[in-house]
Amino acid sequence: MIDTDVLVIGAGPTGLFCVHQLGIIGLKCEVVDNLDKIGGQCIELYPDKPIYDIPAIPECTGEELTNNLIKQIKPFKTNFHLSDRVDEVKKDKNNWIIKTSKGKEFKSPNIIIAGGVGSFEPRKFFVKGCEKFEGNEILYSIKDKTIFKDKVISIFGGGDSALDWAIELSRSSKVQLIHRRDEFRGTQSSVNKVKELEKEGKIEILTQYQLNSVEGKNKIENISIKHDDGSIKKIETNYVLGFFGLIMKLGPIVNWGLNLDKKHIPVNTENFETNQKGIFAIGDICTYPGKLKLILSGFHEGALAARGCFQHARPNEKLRFEFTTTSKSVHERLGVKK
Amino acid sequence: MPKITYIAHTGKAHTIDVPNGLTVMEGAVQNDITGIDADCGGSMACATCHVYVKEEWFDKLKKKEDGEEDMLDMAYKPNKFSRLSCQLIVSDELEGLVVNLPEKQT
Repeated sequence: MIDTDVLVIGAGPTGLFCVHQLGIIGLKCEVVDNLDKIGGQCIELYPDKPIYDIPAIPECTGEELTNNLIKQIKPFKTNFHLSDRVDEVKKDKNNWIIKTSKGKEFKSPNIIIAGGVGSFEPRKFFVKGCEKFEGNEILYSIKDKTIFKDKVISIFGGGDSALDWAIELSRSSKVQLIHRRDEFRGTQSSVNKVKELEKEGKIEILTQYQLNSVEGKNKIENISIKHDDGSIKKIETNYVLGFFGLIMKLGPIVNWGLNLDKKHIPVNTENFETNQKGIFAIGDICTYPGKLKLILSGFHEGALAARGCFQHARPNEKLRFEFTTTSKSVHERLGVKK
Repeated sequence: MPKITYIAHTGKAHTIDVPNGLTVMEGAVQNDITGIDADCGGSMACATCHVYVKEEWFDKLKKKEDGEEDMLDMAYKPNKFSRLSCQLIVSDELEGLVVNLPEKQT
């Protein structure tokens, strides 16, 4: 069991800056994020897209912003628990007992939810009967590519994941690449490579098709795909891979006894605490009158939520307001050398 | 104020007066039309405001910008009349627009 002052859920820009604010006031925190890397939507959805509304930074990309925030919180040596998700939250006197999907346990008087619009999960096939095969012959991510050797693989999708895996797996498997339209949105070099491999007969490309049905008793035996014109084509296949990007799901948060307004968590604007004492929500996931889903709003919300955590973490102390320019204790926490 | 009709997957239709300048998505969200989630708030970063535009209206709409088609790849059961309703800005020309809502958004 890891004991900490604050558990932060979400390693997007809001969560990262909140880590900074917690560090400045001398609170320890641990961060959990479902993605395998730090940065949240900034890294997952728009690493290369410029952002123009970060105060005092005229232009930066999602990746640059993330890297700068990581640099800014470096003095606090925060632990990140990536590719993990908080599943269970239970009250124990003045603490919360937090359990993750990987089985980690935390004990903390405070939880700050900076979860964006929830956790990212792969978008699945919508066809009935798919559930039965998911995790076995229908996959949305690949852990062990050796299972595909000499098999027939149907890959669905038009982005980089679909193209990259089509190229990779075509070396030792029969690959069919199926996409709902003629254009692929992956990088041009990958598109060219796939078309080259098609000419060489190593990949079969089927466009304007979507999955229509899956058949098989214990294992998938064949699938049918439907063309835009309504015609249906049956194909034999051993594995079906779907790469349709990620969707955001609120996930287990709905079970924690929090008030919800559609997919958002109402908070007060004094310290961004929810209806549950010691649980705070900041960034895109929180809502209050006038809420703006901007990164800069998330920064402000994190600064106030961090102060809100202080009273639960140090009930016998009083928090003094200090500036980073002049405070000696803040300089010590930041490791500033004089 | 243009009237926009949203037809739910169940067939139930809601006709709403939507002020010019709002998007078809905002018209739905502000009037509590269920079936349009709009998780990203209208920034074309998700595909949860997906609608099927009624055939006779489809060609009258402003063409898709770069990026919309990419996002539609991730929508639930897209077809050739699919649009993201956050990209459809209401104006007098859209008086009477009809959109069908998908069975679900994710």
